[in-house]
Amino acid sequence: MKIRNLVFLLIILLAVFTMLLAVAELPPYGSPDNPVHNMVTDRYINKALEETGVNNMVTAVVLDYRAYDTLFETIVLFTAAVAVYVTLKKAKGSESGE
Amino acid sequence: MRILLEKLLINYPFFFAIILFVMGAFTVLTRSNLFKKLIGINIMEGGIFLFFVAAGNIKGGAVPILVENNPGMTYINPLTSALMLTGIVVSVSVTAFALALIIRLYKIYGTVDARRIAEMRKEVKERWQE
Amino acid sequence: MRDFVLKRIVAVIIPFISLYGFYVILHGAISPGGSFAGGIIVALSVIAFATIFGLDRAKEKLPEKILVWTESYGTLWYVLMGLVGIVKGVPFLSNRLAGINLGVPGTLSAGGLIALIGIGVGIRVASTMITLFFTMMEEEK
Repeated sequence: MKIRNLVFLLIILLAVFTMLLAVAELPPYGSPDNPVHNMVTDRYINKALEETGVNNMVTAVVLDYRAYDTLFETIVLFTAAVAVYVTLKKAKGSESGE
Repeated sequence: MRILLEKLLINYPFFFAIILFVMGAFTVLTRSNLFKKLIGINIMEGGIFLFFVAAGNIKGGAVPILVENNPGMTYINPLTSALMLTGIVVSVSVTAFALALIIRLYKIYGTVDARRIAEMRKEVKERWQE
Repeated sequence: MRDFVLKRIVAVIIPFISLYGFYVILHGAISPGGSFAGGIIVALSVIAFATIFGLDRAKEKLPEKILVWTESYGTLWYVLMGLVGIVKGVPFLSNRLAGINLGVPGTLSAGGLIALIGIGVGIRVASTMITLFFTMMEEEK
């Protein structure tokens, strides 16, 4: 193996050890009183049926409570399609034309 | 050292998420083919999605779809899964655009190796300055 | 990739794949799935057709005009659904504050504006995936 690959391997092992030390201090996996489940989630679970009318909570969060984020994500997909179209069509046009 | 291993055995999904992230980073750093770097970026993003979705789990909880039979069931957190939907769409967009750029690079330079492309660009720049 | 056995099997399976995709889009309120996953499944059936039967026959069935039209008006449909709230005097993209009938929960017509927005987003995501595939797969003659 080359010297560069060995140096990268040492740096990555150092990064793994540091991240494992950090992850071990997180709150235990799967317990119901994590700080992740705060009052925002309680409001979304308790009142999803009477404020929205759907049974699926993930759809209610994505398309009703946070519909603004989904609008901009749709625009991101549109921009990606336009960018790919412009990059590849221009290559074919300039190669076959001139 | 033993305490570290015991604590890691309780949070085992986070451990595997970090292993995935680091393997993706190693692939991006050492391989010189452009397609392999792109696959490394995708593997890194897979690790991050696993980390976030596993953080919102409750042991013994039910799927977050309301069933009108027994009130008082604990549901798992729907907010973390809904936030990762946006991340998956961003990952797909970045992969598509990177593939289009690799196709154009191949048509101009004739190779997909990152180091050969850097050498060719240095030659063109030296010849341009003479 | 243009074998005899593959062509016969794919010709039987493709309508069922797109039917399953439309099922996942429409039942977004009751079962897991929603608009994004359903849109990608609908796009998968067209991509399978284009891979096995050749790119030219797929381009005859879905010419560029239809794809451009679907993609642009899908994004505009989302914004128009949001402007329904502004016409009535409540904030942008509001569902129950604008006085829309929420329907019976548990059936297909639940949610008011959610089902309509979901159909628009699903068709739009499918059209984007098909456009990406057709643009990258053109061969030089």
